[in-house]
Amino acid sequence: MSAGEVIPTGLDLGGASQSAPERAATGVQGFWVFLMSDAVIFALLFATYGVMLSRTAGGPTPAAVYKIGPAFIETLILLTSSFTFGMASVTLNDAGPRRRLFGWMSVTLLLGAAFLGMELRDFGAMFSAGAYPTRSGYLSAFFALVPLHGLHVLVGAVWMVVMMVQLRVFGRDAQVMLNIRRLALFWHFLDIVWIAIFSVVYLQGLIR
Amino acid sequence: MSASAREKRREIRAYVIGYGLALALTAAAFAAVRWRGFTASATLAIVLGLALVQLIVHFRFFLHVSLSRASRDNLGLVLFSALIIALMVSGTLVILFNLRQRMM
Amino acid sequence: MTGAVWPAVLGRFDWSSLPFVRAWQDPTVSEIIGAGAAAIVVFAAIGVVALITRYRRWGYLWREWFTSLDHKKIGIMYIVLAFVMLSRALVEAVLMRLQQAAAINTPGFLSPDHFAQLFSTHGSIMIFFMAMPFLTGLINYVMPLQIGSRDVAFPLLNSISLWLTGGAAGLMMVSLVIGRFSTGGWSGYPPYTELAFSPDVGPDYWIWALTLGSIGSTLTGLNFAVTIYKMRCPGMDLMRMPLFVWTSLCASILMIFAMPPLTVATALLALDRYLGFHFFTNDLGGDMMNYANLFWLFGHPEVYILILPAFGVYSEVVSTFSSKGLYGYTSLVWATMAIAVLSFTVWVHHFFTMGQSADINAVFGIATMAIGVPTGVKIYDWVWTMFRGEVRFTVPMLYALAFMMTFVLGGFTGILLAFPPLDYLAHNTLFLVAHFHNMLIPGLLYGMLAGYHYWFPKAFGFRLDEKWGRIAFGCWVVGFYLAFMPLYVLGAAGVARRTQEVFEPAFRPWLYVAGLGALVLLCALASLFVQLWVSIKRRDANRVTAGDPWDGRGLEWSISAPPPEYNFASIPRVSRRDPFYDVKRTGDPYAPPAAYQDIRLPKGSMAGPVIGLAGATTAFGLVWHMWWLAILGLLAVIVAVIARSFARDVEKVIDAAEVERTEAAWLSAVAAATPILREGEMSCANQGLAEIPA
Repeated sequence: MSAGEVIPTGLDLGGASQSAPERAATGVQGFWVFLMSDAVIFALLFATYGVMLSRTAGGPTPAAVYKIGPAFIETLILLTSSFTFGMASVTLNDAGPRRRLFGWMSVTLLLGAAFLGMELRDFGAMFSAGAYPTRSGYLSAFFALVPLHGLHVLVGAVWMVVMMVQLRVFGRDAQVMLNIRRLALFWHFLDIVWIAIFSVVYLQGLIR
Repeated sequence: MSASAREKRREIRAYVIGYGLALALTAAAFAAVRWRGFTASATLAIVLGLALVQLIVHFRFFLHVSLSRASRDNLGLVLFSALIIALMVSGTLVILFNLRQRMM
Repeated sequence: MTGAVWPAVLGRFDWSSLPFVRAWQDPTVSEIIGAGAAAIVVFAAIGVVALITRYRRWGYLWREWFTSLDHKKIGIMYIVLAFVMLSRALVEAVLMRLQQAAAINTPGFLSPDHFAQLFSTHGSIMIFFMAMPFLTGLINYVMPLQIGSRDVAFPLLNSISLWLTGGAAGLMMVSLVIGRFSTGGWSGYPPYTELAFSPDVGPDYWIWALTLGSIGSTLTGLNFAVTIYKMRCPGMDLMRMPLFVWTSLCASILMIFAMPPLTVATALLALDRYLGFHFFTNDLGGDMMNYANLFWLFGHPEVYILILPAFGVYSEVVSTFSSKGLYGYTSLVWATMAIAVLSFTVWVHHFFTMGQSADINAVFGIATMAIGVPTGVKIYDWVWTMFRGEVRFTVPMLYALAFMMTFVLGGFTGILLAFPPLDYLAHNTLFLVAHFHNMLIPGLLYGMLAGYHYWFPKAFGFRLDEKWGRIAFGCWVVGFYLAFMPLYVLGAAGVARRTQEVFEPAFRPWLYVAGLGALVLLCALASLFVQLWVSIKRRDANRVTAGDPWDGRGLEWSISAPPPEYNFASIPRVSRRDPFYDVKRTGDPYAPPAAYQDIRLPKGSMAGPVIGLAGATTAFGLVWHMWWLAILGLLAVIVAVIARSFARDVEKVIDAAEVERTEAAWLSAVAAATPILREGEMSCANQGLAEIPA
């Protein structure tokens, strides 16, 4: 190798280290790594929840406070929103008008908002039943874990709005496509965390 | 049908299958709790087992992480993360429960 | 004067938050020292701003440095930050050593509260604002060059990480002037740091400084790991990467997975303090032992984040200055990976005494002893690299040699502490303090200083003064031994850590020696600054523009010193390890490419400084309960992120003609340079061109 050898790859690298598809792949991989670090945060909140589950300090217990109906409906809403975003992803590469893409993204956004609305109502119900985070260690752990997930859903919803605006403004340029792909990863990841929440928090609490 | 249309069909099928499986697994878990057919610890084991399966369904059908060459990198990342998470979570639970037991 | 001044706007600020007011009201030596430190910060800040304004350099600084997305500039800024914070934290250490020497059956000159703030800031600064920035800066500068890349994978994120870290460091400096710092140590254990026992601003400063820093580090780890995976030049397989890149990769993976536990621990503590939650409180179901568990889930991998890049530096330095390829490359790689994975299996050894069963302690004790083995493999590999090599005792090599001997001693004490029954005697004594300083100073700090000396000529185009380098080295080594060997004796005799006063006169000679050692270490730091001053004055004589002052092996030595902004005129292709060394001996290392291309690089962006400043502002608002400020800061971050996502004109082009001109200038310097053999590398004859012995 000489220090100044030009690479005969046949690809137009345009003087950059990576080609455009390589840069997109790198961009997506970076987001995967971020999601893994986020997964560690959630995992430790789950572990903390497990440790604090019995620390009810004479206050409300999980069985007294969780309702299976709302938990089930919220699960269905979020799961469906993952499916609708999947449909949005399928239309991402379509040529032509972006109506379908906007449509699926809007449905996802609505479902996400519905999820958040129901969840906030749940929290309100818990508060009025005397189950607020400053009551006990167990409730602190609940209110760190579940609202953190909700906060992520809120961020995802805001992100969804921003992407829809950018689709209007820029069309399907490379940066917009990359960010929608990342948002898709994010949204599916949030549904995965919810699987753990409804299993470890709600269903476990309702079994005992 | 062109290659890209076939590709698209396959993608849609993946999401539909994933959605269907996830619905079934969710319903099963909620049903197991709603209609107590088993002991408490058996129910918990069933719920957690169904959750693990649904996790895999989501990774495979929604996130396209499979054993294929293309997703090898992502699979490696996910498995490594799972290992670290397993160490941290199981370590935390074992240690803290041991401490609590010794304090009783 | 107590009582809030204007609570709606200034939160819980009152006049006695200012050290000057406190010293006025209660003029003890302790308070006056506090006020003096605050005064130094204020005058230094005013002085820096005045100088920059006087010489009209704001525009230059903003355009060329603060908004730069160039990994080389970001790396340099990280290291500058590290040196500034090293200075502060070292002075704090000297104060503590002098206090302990003075306070034998007498109160000494520092109050217990002041002493407690000192050990808390000393630890927090050294780890988060000296060590992490130093290694991040070195990796930032060197790693992309070594893998033949033009930049890291996410240059904007790189800048944001830098400014989050800088903002957090700024918060630490502000805590000297407004308010006070935590007295809970760098580990911040509750319930002591809960509202019930520490209602003041101290723990909040600590929480938010660490949170900002840990977010920056997580993003950095992500950035470096993806860069190494995805942006290596053609032909650079994983097993052809330099060892420094391997250790950077493993350290980055550790950053990705180990910083989140810290974020969780501090966030839960913040929830307790701000919203009255009960994670770690004494009452209503808190479990404070979970804090220790969470903190050390972070804390143990953290020390491997600190040491692995230093090991990487040693691999580079020992190989280069033994004039020999690294012995046992494969074993070094496997040892590095083993250390990285095992580092997640030993965290309980930081709290053997917390009360869990002997069986649990035994498992983690065994794992802790096991993790010493791969490090031992590395030591042997370095020793075998030197064996039958032509060893040159340059300053980086001296640090490597001192490291090998001193670090191993500390490693032995680590094996002692890994044994739970022994740890019960030594836990939280000065023995422990001696052990971890024995790891961090000869391990991390010497490594960083070796890397600084080794790559300084590449970054700035001239060598550092060797004489003052040796003086500094001598002081660092002598100072370390004097300051810390007595602590092993004292710790074994039962002296607890973090004590402001000592009650046994027999300890006096040991404490005096340790105090002297601290002063010698201060001389070491001063020598480094003198060295820099002298080197800048003599830079023309020591220029190494051709770019290869040490007959180096990696790609970073194949370009000019300092390198052009784009690093490589065309991306190199490699076919073996030590590619530049190889081509110097078998080919034409300075042949220009057949054709030059336009090169696209990222434009600068103000997103980094804005987000860093906004983050620090949010943190300051949270500390002082200025809720309006915290909300404004957070909104600014959100707006900055969203606004930046709309930016499309984010690249600049360096056209082929300009690349050709830059390269031609360098290549003519190479042609004009006299090649030197290794005997001449410390002389002014070294222009950065290596003569290849026949």
